[in-house]
Amino acid sequence: MRLLRHFAASLLDSLRDLTPIVAVIGFFQIFILQQPIPNLGVLLVGTLLVVLGLSLFIQGLNLALFPLGESMAWDFARKGSLNWLLLFAFALGFGTTVAEPALIKIAEEAAKIAATGGMIEDNQQSEDSYANGLRYTVAVSVGFAIVLGVLRIIKGWPVQYLIISGYLGVVLMTALAPEEIIGIAYDSGGVTTSTITVPLVTALGVGLASSIKGRNPMIDGFGLIAFASLTPMIFVMGYGILL
Amino acid sequence: MNDLLTHFLQVLTGTLLDVLPIAGILFGFQFLVLRRPLKNPKEVLIGLLMVLLGLVLFLEGLDLALFPLGKLMASQLTSPEFLGISPNMQEVEWHHYLWVYLFAASIGFSTTIAEPSLIAVTIKANQVSGGAISQWGLRIAVAIGVAVGIAIGSYRIISGTPLHWYIMTGYVVVIVQTLYAPRTIIALAYDSGGVTTSTVTVPLVAALGLGLSSNIPGRNPLLDGFGLIAFASLFPIMSVMAYAQLSEWRSNKRNR
Repeated sequence: MRLLRHFAASLLDSLRDLTPIVAVIGFFQIFILQQPIPNLGVLLVGTLLVVLGLSLFIQGLNLALFPLGESMAWDFARKGSLNWLLLFAFALGFGTTVAEPALIKIAEEAAKIAATGGMIEDNQQSEDSYANGLRYTVAVSVGFAIVLGVLRIIKGWPVQYLIISGYLGVVLMTALAPEEIIGIAYDSGGVTTSTITVPLVTALGVGLASSIKGRNPMIDGFGLIAFASLTPMIFVMGYGILL
Repeated sequence: MNDLLTHFLQVLTGTLLDVLPIAGILFGFQFLVLRRPLKNPKEVLIGLLMVLLGLVLFLEGLDLALFPLGKLMASQLTSPEFLGISPNMQEVEWHHYLWVYLFAASIGFSTTIAEPSLIAVTIKANQVSGGAISQWGLRIAVAIGVAVGIAIGSYRIISGTPLHWYIMTGYVVVIVQTLYAPRTIIALAYDSGGVTTSTVTVPLVAALGLGLSSNIPGRNPLLDGFGLIAFASLFPIMSVMAYAQLSEWRSNKRNR
């Protein structure tokens, strides 16, 4: 009974999270474009699926992803092996990014731009190899970002110095990179962090910062995602310069 | 009905392929390197299944209902007929597009509120700060940032000005804000830039960028269509720090 009430409350929360987007689409459809809403039945079923899915996801998050990320952080801290921790950090960053659907899509589009811009040959084969190269570049850069972020938590470096150096890196690379790649590079920072990666990486960071003496989880625990969205910009522009 | 089922299976396999490497890494390290049993194996397993099923239903529902309509709307709102662009027009005034800016801002705001990874980060931030950071305050601050970002990003596509000038100006603002923002919010603010653009926001915003850059005279979708996501990940950093500064200023004023 308590479980049921809990589930109902969570459904209500998700419904409230979805209301703005439904309202925006409805408003523009009816008042601005002045068109009826097509397939009202399908729309309703779809929205219910979204609400149900979001609510299941949030509950699973609290049950599995958060505890798992934090307990692994504590276990790594207890084990005391920095190398294994850094290897784990790299694997997590690389592994969660390389198969990310949004990234695959953006890499394909980038290859098309490169082909029309004359940077590579205009055929399927060279486009594919360009797209794959870009995808691995981004995945390696995210792996590197999580490694750097974990090191930062352990050493207690202030996050802003690293981020500002990252910004300088972006500025420098923008001056050097071919113009066609800049838009893709800037966007690639935003698409790397998927819905499953974010809670895991956040829990890992907070767990590490709480398990190490002298670190504040609020000041030191966050920031991993920020690195993961900054380094791909630099690496992708590097890729554009080298090719 | 059959179509629906095939589509559902497609989404399921897609999500499984997305989750399997992550599960492999997590359990590989847990059992081979850390060599510790899980504390609540049953709970973790149920939770993971819920995450998987939840994501599949979420994506399926978005594909079924909100994405087709939202994408159609983005293309209609940016179509030459709606905007009143005649084929022989060379340049257009940026203020012809007020509805586009309004749509850009409201779609940015509303998709961010529904973004699962942002919900995850705000839950964690609320726990870690001992309740000092409210979940809704943070989510609304981020959503306002995304709304402003996407609106300015649309203006950039329409006006055809170079992307990097905007981003670099943004960096300068972020650096200045970092000097004055409360220390506890800085890392979280930087993080909120990366989490906003994910499952819900990216497809709709990409459709908007594509529609704008292919219909406005003189713009090339391959070159000018990018950049909206970059705006959506930069502006929340500013809005979250501004939110923290505002809360601090208000509590200082109250204490005085």
